[in-house]
Amino acid sequence: MNMRSENFTMAPRQTSRNASGNTSVAAPAKLSVNDLNFYYGDFQAIKGVSMEIPSNQVTAYIGPSGCGKSTLLRCFNRMHDLYPGLKTEGGLLLDGQDIYASGVDINLLRARIGMVFQKPTPFPMSVYDNIAFGVKLYERLSRRDMDERVEWALKKAALWGEVKDKLKTNGQSLSGGQQQRLCIARTIAVKPEVILLDEPTSALDPISTGYIEDLIHELKADYTIVIVTHNMQQAARVSDITAFMYLGELIECGQTDQIFTDPAKKQTEDYITGRYG
Amino acid sequence: MTTGSSVTHKAAEGDRMQKLSASAQERAALKRNGIIDRAFELTTRGSALMVLLLLGTITGSLVLAGWPALSELGLSFFTEDRWAANVNRFGALPAIYGTLITSLIAIAIAIPVSLGIAIFLTEICPPKLRRTIGTMVELLAGVPSIIYGMWGMEVLAPFLQSHFPSVFPAGTGLTTAGLILAIMIIPFITAVTRDVMNTVPPIMRESAYGLGCTTWEVVRHVIFPSVKAGMLGGVILGLGRALGETMAVTFVIGNNLFLNATVTGQGTSIAALIANQFSEADGLQRSALLLLGLVLFLITFAVLALARFMLRRMEHRAP
Repeated sequence: MNMRSENFTMAPRQTSRNASGNTSVAAPAKLSVNDLNFYYGDFQAIKGVSMEIPSNQVTAYIGPSGCGKSTLLRCFNRMHDLYPGLKTEGGLLLDGQDIYASGVDINLLRARIGMVFQKPTPFPMSVYDNIAFGVKLYERLSRRDMDERVEWALKKAALWGEVKDKLKTNGQSLSGGQQQRLCIARTIAVKPEVILLDEPTSALDPISTGYIEDLIHELKADYTIVIVTHNMQQAARVSDITAFMYLGELIECGQTDQIFTDPAKKQTEDYITGRYG
Repeated sequence: MTTGSSVTHKAAEGDRMQKLSASAQERAALKRNGIIDRAFELTTRGSALMVLLLLGTITGSLVLAGWPALSELGLSFFTEDRWAANVNRFGALPAIYGTLITSLIAIAIAIPVSLGIAIFLTEICPPKLRRTIGTMVELLAGVPSIIYGMWGMEVLAPFLQSHFPSVFPAGTGLTTAGLILAIMIIPFITAVTRDVMNTVPPIMRESAYGLGCTTWEVVRHVIFPSVKAGMLGGVILGLGRALGETMAVTFVIGNNLFLNATVTGQGTSIAALIANQFSEADGLQRSALLLLGLVLFLITFAVLALARFMLRRMEHRAP
């Protein structure tokens, strides 16, 4: 973490700033979190989090391991529904609609809110089918349209050049970095509105990480991106909004520059200067 | 490699060289270890050779014992459609046919049912129920075959006879035997399938669900392709058991020694025929039965080889 000293100089703090979680931002809210609580059985992993995630921006969650950032991310596409004994309370709105409402179709929701995981998870099928698979779930495309869509998604994910001659090979035979970009392409191909990235580069080498960070920059023109990361430099590099979580609570949320240069809370400052975490 | 690291590397090598010239005490220890190592190697190699020896001996004795029948009967052993010891006619066809058909029926029923149970257990079932059903499946695998035989004869055959008299006039028969075999091998195939399905990492499932897949789509496109090679292992295990199963089959197959092509009719299998006749057979009949045993042995072997071949091809296609 030697980069910190060069990149993040601590400006004097403005103590009068409103430091609640509801930092107002210019862009309209794509996702709104209202007093969200989440329980693994008896353990409360998320405690009363409220914030807004603006449209077409990159929002990063940082915080030490076990602070609930991944758990929160998984609330957004109701991934927790797969497992029994987990409970979500409070409101989570996508474009003003409660995603936990009873009429919501969970599969359609997940098609609108895509997710990329810590480890690349290509499906046991060809590169082409890895992309086409998700598309086929909800759209009926002609062969030509599908070819175009696959190419489009792979180009978006900066993978087309590397795989255009091996679309028929198994997706699991690509390198780790390529696999992760394949997973991103697969997610994009469905044309979701929100992309959730759960530590997408934690299993990758620096070069692949660089590719993916560049990608995140490009994607925000079309998508709302939420990223969870362990790496503070990454959050600083890729995000517009940064939210710091600790022990299940949202400590602070604001413009990324402000969080890294002028955090309102002492805890945030301690974390980003490496005093704990 | 930089010069610095190469120097340290050399130094380390020098250290090791010094270490290698051992003291007397170390030499004794080395010698002792050498002997133990050698003994260990010989024992394991001996055990492995034992397998070969056993296999060879069994095959050899079957060939030897079956030779008189083969030379006497020639090809008619494989073409004759009846096994009538009283008139010295020994055709293996009814038994081979019965063995293959009953196993085929068993596998055809067991694969979809086992797959269904395994999918339910791994993907759909609430965890509490999961353990209960899982244990019950394992218990079912441990039920002795004679129990299945008695149950088949006392319950299943009469049930089939009274409810479908036109299809199962006698109740017993090849299909009845196939049904019993299916019930017997379902626990095996289920257990193996469930175990390989559990090896698919949760994150894989999550990414498929994350795209908006339903459970069916996740199973069909993501889980099944990842586990089919492993599943085949379970199927082969079941098939091996079905081919050689004796007791349960003997109870319900009907023991008709004439070739009867209708799959619901009464018939016999290699194992059932041997079990019924071997204790009272001598001369040519005894030799013919032993030859039949060799045939069963070869069928089982061929099935295993085929499975290996399929497995290898599958692995080649999906790296």
